[in-house]
Amino acid sequence: MDNESLYRSLYQIRRFEEIVLEEFPRGRFSGTTHTYLGQEANAVGVLSHISAGDIVVSNHRCHGHFLAYGGDPRALFAELMGKETGVCGGRGGSQHLHWRNFYSNGVLGGTVPLATGMALAEKQKESGSTTIVFLGDGALGEGIVYESLNLASLWKVPILYVLENNRMAQTTPIDRHLAGGIAARFQAFGILACELETSDVLEILPVARVVFEEVRKVLSPRALVLHTSRFGPHSKGDDTRSAEEIATLRRERDPLEIHGKRLGPDAVKQIRSEIAEQLSEAFHQALNDPIPG
Amino acid sequence: MPSVLELLNAALHRAFAADERVYLLGEDVLDPYGGAFKVTRGLSTAFPNRVLTAPVSEAGMVGLAAGMALRGLRPVVEIMFGDFVTLIADQLVNHVAKFRWMYNDQVRVPLVIRTPMGGRRGYGPTHSQTLEKLFLGIPGLRVLAPCTVGDPGKLLEHAILVDEDPVLFVENKLLYLAPLQEAHLLNDFTLSQSLDAGMVLSPDHPSGLPAPLSPVSYAPTYTLSLQGAPPPVLTIAAYGYMAELAREAALQLAYEHEGFVELVVPTQLAPVEISSVLASARRTRRLLVIEEGSQTMGWGAEVVARCAESLGPDLRRVRRLGAQEVPIPASIYLEAAVLPGIEEIVGAAKKMV
Repeated sequence: MDNESLYRSLYQIRRFEEIVLEEFPRGRFSGTTHTYLGQEANAVGVLSHISAGDIVVSNHRCHGHFLAYGGDPRALFAELMGKETGVCGGRGGSQHLHWRNFYSNGVLGGTVPLATGMALAEKQKESGSTTIVFLGDGALGEGIVYESLNLASLWKVPILYVLENNRMAQTTPIDRHLAGGIAARFQAFGILACELETSDVLEILPVARVVFEEVRKVLSPRALVLHTSRFGPHSKGDDTRSAEEIATLRRERDPLEIHGKRLGPDAVKQIRSEIAEQLSEAFHQALNDPIPG
Repeated sequence: MPSVLELLNAALHRAFAADERVYLLGEDVLDPYGGAFKVTRGLSTAFPNRVLTAPVSEAGMVGLAAGMALRGLRPVVEIMFGDFVTLIADQLVNHVAKFRWMYNDQVRVPLVIRTPMGGRRGYGPTHSQTLEKLFLGIPGLRVLAPCTVGDPGKLLEHAILVDEDPVLFVENKLLYLAPLQEAHLLNDFTLSQSLDAGMVLSPDHPSGLPAPLSPVSYAPTYTLSLQGAPPPVLTIAAYGYMAELAREAALQLAYEHEGFVELVVPTQLAPVEISSVLASARRTRRLLVIEEGSQTMGWGAEVVARCAESLGPDLRRVRRLGAQEVPIPASIYLEAAVLPGIEEIVGAAKKMV
């Protein structure tokens, strides 16, 4: 993917999530949602390497993964609106999506054995598909994650665990919820782990490719730990961090800022305007879509 | 005279031979040990690539199996003791049972989880329970229980090979050793079977929503009536091993007390399907519902509620029988006082007629 395409993907996620947070208070969406602001480079960097048959499993904070996977923004807007044309006909909502080989569920930790089992099935079927599961630092509190890592390593399951450490589990900072190291957890089960501290999609891309290809080649689990930053609230209105802290993150860790510099201001403006219009159209189409039943 | 255990084992072998998508995950399932209760004996020898012996990770096993099922395999998970189903609750309730529905019918989860419930072996409080009631009424999850009549092997085989929805298959430790009551052995009874597979979400709340699982094409309800006896005056509803004890109680009631009962034995516990129970209770007007688990919020409570709703004042006497509401003690003497046996069934029935 060239720089421009990468920027498009990043901005599509960014603008989508901004619309979500803007339109919720206006009553256009119902339920809850968990936006991916600030983490866009992770989804784009990792999912640029997948093929059609590969499997992606995500969690409650799944919009970025879904869009980077190729999911349709209109169907996602419609799902949040509870419309019939939604990804799951309005039944799943923001956290519970399935389309092609993309799956998400909102109960933390539980997606990890699921993805591991999927990867095992693909290995048994000799399909050549590889599986990626995204989890966050918060999910490391759940025991089922460790059961899964143990099984994945024992049974040589071809899966890539992508751990996005945004250092917050809802409103609980990492120093209050995580003892020990993150990469060490995977290594304890004999799963090799790479680590990156970056919001630059061009730094994530090559590392993700190497790790992904390794999983494919050796049919064994691997982990990619991405230390990242969440700009928005956990869901809506539940950000307990100070305005200064968030401002600093936005200044120093914005994937769009970082990558945008490579394109120049005119190109950036042009792309943003195009994407914004596409998303606005998708939003309004979804608004007019029928309700189910 | 094959035992239920032998029939279940044979069914597993048949299922594995019939479909290469069938897998088994369990603890200590490899031959020669062949599983704690030997239900899986021989499988790892015959099908070494498809029998996975797991670490002590019930939740992990079920989670992986759910993923395998979503991707087109047909996994069977053995939970060594029914008491350990508490460990798989999140996977069953929040994942397995929900995928088909919440993903808008785009997927299927053809997963079978088998586990032996039940006491009377002196194994103590955490190895003797009957806990399936915790999973009855979870939308999207089917719960089946074989018994000593009919075809327990076919019940399991069908669940594995044909049913596209997740099944919790509830076995019983004493049921394993019980011989199948084949037709020629049921001299005293007329055995009829109905395949009640229909499913209505809720008659009073027609939402237009489809059910979260398909009606199953094989989950019979058996009705045992005493041959050549006067019309029954009491309906006894029971499943699994308790149905076998109820069958023996029915004989005792007939021969020693001249009390004639009709025994109705469903194999599908959830979604609740009690047309045959209703049909019988409509005739006898008296209903005794039996389970090995404790009675509060149990299967019996649900059956009684539905019968009361349907039959109203036509239902004259109704009672449930279950375990005492205490943890199950290890001492076999104390255990006998907690779990309902033939004596308790006979006693309860006599009070009603």
